Amino acid sequence: MTRDIAVVAFAQTDHRRTSEELSEVEMLMPVLHEVLDRTGLKTSDIGFTCSGSSDYLAGRAFSFTLALDGVGAWPPISESHVEMDGAWALYEAWTKLLTGDADTALVYSYGKSSPGPVRDVLTRQLDPYYVAPLWPDSVALAALQAQALIDEGYTDEPALAAVAARSRADAQGNSHAQLRGSVPHGDYVVHPLRTGDCPPIGDGAAAVILAAGDRARELCERPAWIRGIDHRIEAHSLGVRELTDSPSTRLAAEKAGAFERPVDTAELHAPFTSQEVVLRKALRLGDDVRVNPSGGALAANPIMAAGLVRIGEAAARIHRGESDRALAHATSGPCLQQNLVAVLEGEPRHVQ
Amino acid sequence: MTTEVLKAPLVVEFPFTRSLGPVQSAFLTGLREQVVLGVRATDGRVLVPPVEYDPVTADEIRDLVQVAPTGTVTTWAWNPAPRRDQPLDTPFAWVLVRLDGADTALLHALDAPGPDAVHTGMRVRVRWAAQRSGAITDIACFEPYDSDAEARPADHDGQFDDMVTGIVAPARLDYTYSPGRAQTAYINALAGQRIVGERCPSCRKVYVPPRGACPTCGVGTAEQVEVGPGGTVTTYCIVNIKARNLDIEVPYVYGHIALDGADLALHGRIGGIPYDQVRMGLRVEPVWTEGGCYPDHYRPTGEPDADYETFKELL
Ligand SMILES: [Zn+2]
Repeated sequence: MTRDIAVVAFAQTDHRRTSEELSEVEMLMPVLHEVLDRTGLKTSDIGFTCSGSSDYLAGRAFSFTLALDGVGAWPPISESHVEMDGAWALYEAWTKLLTGDADTALVYSYGKSSPGPVRDVLTRQLDPYYVAPLWPDSVALAALQAQALIDEGYTDEPALAAVAARSRADAQGNSHAQLRGSVPHGDYVVHPLRTGDCPPIGDGAAAVILAAGDRARELCERPAWIRGIDHRIEAHSLGVRELTDSPSTRLAAEKAGAFERPVDTAELHAPFTSQEVVLRKALRLGDDVRVNPSGGALAANPIMAAGLVRIGEAAARIHRGESDRALAHATSGPCLQQNLVAVLEGEPRHVQ
Repeated sequence: MTTEVLKAPLVVEFPFTRSLGPVQSAFLTGLREQVVLGVRATDGRVLVPPVEYDPVTADEIRDLVQVAPTGTVTTWAWNPAPRRDQPLDTPFAWVLVRLDGADTALLHALDAPGPDAVHTGMRVRVRWAAQRSGAITDIACFEPYDSDAEARPADHDGQFDDMVTGIVAPARLDYTYSPGRAQTAYINALAGQRIVGERCPSCRKVYVPPRGACPTCGVGTAEQVEVGPGGTVTTYCIVNIKARNLDIEVPYVYGHIALDGADLALHGRIGGIPYDQVRMGLRVEPVWTEGGCYPDHYRPTGEPDADYETFKELL
């Protein structure tokens, strides 16, 4: 059985360095209301709800159960959660809709990085026997990948600075972004990456509504149809992987149908400038593709939501008629370990 | 009304005890004995550090191979500001090192005077930790090594006396916890010996403790409502096992208490009455100890028991 499924609405918070005055549900709720308002749906109309977050960010167990209050989780509710970026929650919701069990889905995710030292927190996702005891932080691991790219001649520090400058300049058109406009490239955090090559640390949330077939057409003037989604993973040991390439991204893109026709827009989840270099190569993106018009993760990187934001931003461009075929990418783990690619399309627009 | 949200340090600390499979056991025991082992993958490559399953085919692999304690840097990153628990506390380079005899690289630290002294392709060797227990930190770090000659290690079979079968990996993360606006108001009120909930603007239910949202309607709550101090035990259990660091004699009773005016029962310890005389419908009130910031327990008020019909919706 095949069903056409589309992203019909997207909302996100303003991403900020801290939101300590708000609990997670208080931060999340306005976004949930906004995305529902865009479709006129109420939570009771939603067929399936799926969320993504990580307890390690706030340092509390089962924090997502409190966040559920924001969707009115009173039984009966068909609901699920992934301890991953919301892009993977969207994948689960998409498969649920494909089965025909539901016609609409609400997908949301959030991350409050402000309570803890996020560079150290992320070390807890590493191999616990050989790597985590050394506490290599997230910037250090990205820097190893950046140096490998420089050694191979794929990029250099000025080129990385240009990626940062373009991203933050584009983010000037994105009122939700945390870092906008001219941002100093700064000192080395871990050589060869400078502060400007790294994402801001911040808190934020995002939500998306999916709908199937005619329901999508009722809820959205120009639905962003999901033509394919796939996600792939590479070996967890960094020393086994070819850090200058991302075969998992390429395979996911191929399985999602990304190479069947050119895309005009790509929202790439590349928290570090060097990772954009890897992804452009893996996805064979030409200079004619508009990459991260939102500013990307270099402008706002709410962990666990930044990947879902990429899908939402790509879809929103289709909703607005600024894109006809867009690629959205999400990543998880060190040095682009896990990668998800979605291909979104709008129906042809009729000449007025 | 704006009040400062509460915040406090929150330390999450745990000694993770992990058991090792045959391959990891041999590798970590080897480090203790200053022997570095890899494993031969299905395609013939030697993987260091070794894994139990082939990263390409997922086949189980067990063929241990000794490699040299010298090797070549495949990529590096200079760390000017070491963080807590990292291998060195002076600036160092993170390195991926392909040891002589291996086909893959191991992540560790390199002790070098500065970034100018580090480059991809440089030769390095293991500096062993003085005290070794069978852990990745038995390699204290790498250090520069000026010989291009690839060492040829002896071929160790991976069998040692007194094999290491597990590791304890301590983890500690420091947070600053803030409960947000709604719970800050609740906690501040408790310190003043008042219990406040919040009313949902949609269904009018009063939630206590308030979390800032109505879980039924999915809307924000803001209207504060003082509830209690009296309440009714809706259900309870008898605790017979003493928790560590808890200064309460067992058995004791832990109950759900519907405070007057609240639409949700909260929980608390019930005291001032023998444990086997607590019952559903018992009327109770909170007891604050001298200087306490929250009720220590709830005790009987002496009122007649509440009628089941008055609290059955709150069970
Ligand atoms: Zn309500």
